[in-house]
Amino acid sequence: MKTPFFKAVLSIVRKDIQIELRSRELVSSMGLFALLSILIFSFALELDRTARQEAISGVLWVTVVFASILGLNRSLAMERDQGNLDAMLLAPIDRVAIFFGKLAGNLVFALVVGLLLLPIMTILYNQNLIRPWLLLVLLLGTFGFATIGTLLAMMTVQTRARESLLPIVMMPVALPVLLAAVRASTNILAQNPIADWIAWPQILVVVDIVYLVACYLLFEYVIEE
Amino acid sequence: MTAVQDASALPTQQVETGGRPRLLSALTIITLVAVLIGLYMALFNARTDIDQGDVQRIFYIHMPAFIGAFVALGGTVIGGIQYLRTRQVKWDTLALAGVEVGIALALVNLVTGMVWARPIWNTWWTWDPRLTSEAIMVLTYAAYIMLRQGIENPEQRRRFAAVYGILAFITVIITLVITRIRPDTIHPVVIGPSVQTDMAQGAFEVAATSGVRAALMVNMPVWAVLVPITLMWYRIRLENFNQHIQALKMKALS
Repeated sequence: MKTPFFKAVLSIVRKDIQIELRSRELVSSMGLFALLSILIFSFALELDRTARQEAISGVLWVTVVFASILGLNRSLAMERDQGNLDAMLLAPIDRVAIFFGKLAGNLVFALVVGLLLLPIMTILYNQNLIRPWLLLVLLLGTFGFATIGTLLAMMTVQTRARESLLPIVMMPVALPVLLAAVRASTNILAQNPIADWIAWPQILVVVDIVYLVACYLLFEYVIEE
Repeated sequence: MTAVQDASALPTQQVETGGRPRLLSALTIITLVAVLIGLYMALFNARTDIDQGDVQRIFYIHMPAFIGAFVALGGTVIGGIQYLRTRQVKWDTLALAGVEVGIALALVNLVTGMVWARPIWNTWWTWDPRLTSEAIMVLTYAAYIMLRQGIENPEQRRRFAAVYGILAFITVIITLVITRIRPDTIHPVVIGPSVQTDMAQGAFEVAATSGVRAALMVNMPVWAVLVPITLMWYRIRLENFNQHIQALKMKALS
């Protein structure tokens, strides 16, 4: 008797969120990292007003990517170290449900960090980042990172190098997401006419779908034991 | 422990340990001769480009080398898919050979491009979308090799490498199409449709100079087909010998 697909996904997500609500391990470390990162960027780049407006979306996305990598490593290493991965593999559920469950959890945590960053950067960089289009691009971008990251992190936590390998294998493959997201955000923040940049969110949607399908098809090969 | 079992399970007899197969020797000679003919067509037969002068001749190697990398890395995708389906080691060997030959040809493409860009763009390197995406493509496949080295269990290594080899091909496709979707690149598009306006620096008309089309027609199959296939064959043989030696070592130890 198999547990229905959505029920399995939901219970994995619920488990992840419950652990997080009790330990606050992931979001706090990701959030602190993100905060430090934007502070360091503002010192390192010595930004004047115009340079800041051009660099701000790059700073936002680099911070989101690295914070996601931090969270992904923890989130999947946790499954492996505490033997929960084996339990999930033994459970009578669709194996792809594990992927979608972990993906949803990782997406939620990355989004929380991203949403925290927007008001903080609005204050620190003195530019309004809370715009509906930017929220949409943030959702699409973090979705892309979470998709590819969940698959690759599941691979790298099983290797010898572990934490150090994920950024190396993930950054190049996540580049299309990063490229489209940065381009779209720069244009949104510059308040350019929508016709100039609407192609970037569209590309982002296409890339997200391609990655989702690819990861869906490849995931079962990553966890067979 | 699994490594030991896996290695001893490898066939020790199947690998040919004698001399090079006759077909490979023939292919090697054909490839060498074809490369020389290609060089002759590019350096002597084609007329000099009126705008760029002799430096334009680098194009006859530059673009075919990228197509060669594309073919080799496409071999990685085929090897990866087939490995995941059949679990035969030979497909993983094909994938590995594809990555290494692909990196080599992509580097040929990058270096020839830089030599050409120095007089034409007045810089060795610029953070143009296509240059950036190809640099990232090479780094992706460097990450593939690092990933392989990070995994001890051979079965797991082959499985993960197959998955990553399939995903990494996305960067190859991006490099291929980026000059067509990003109009702000300065990289010229010589063949096929393009959205470029006057941003691209250093394009030329294939039909404008005599001998250009012929030089391209010769060099394209040489670099896109003969060179990658010959190199990959050697790399596959090397890997087979390597596995054979590993298996013999395990046998001697046990």
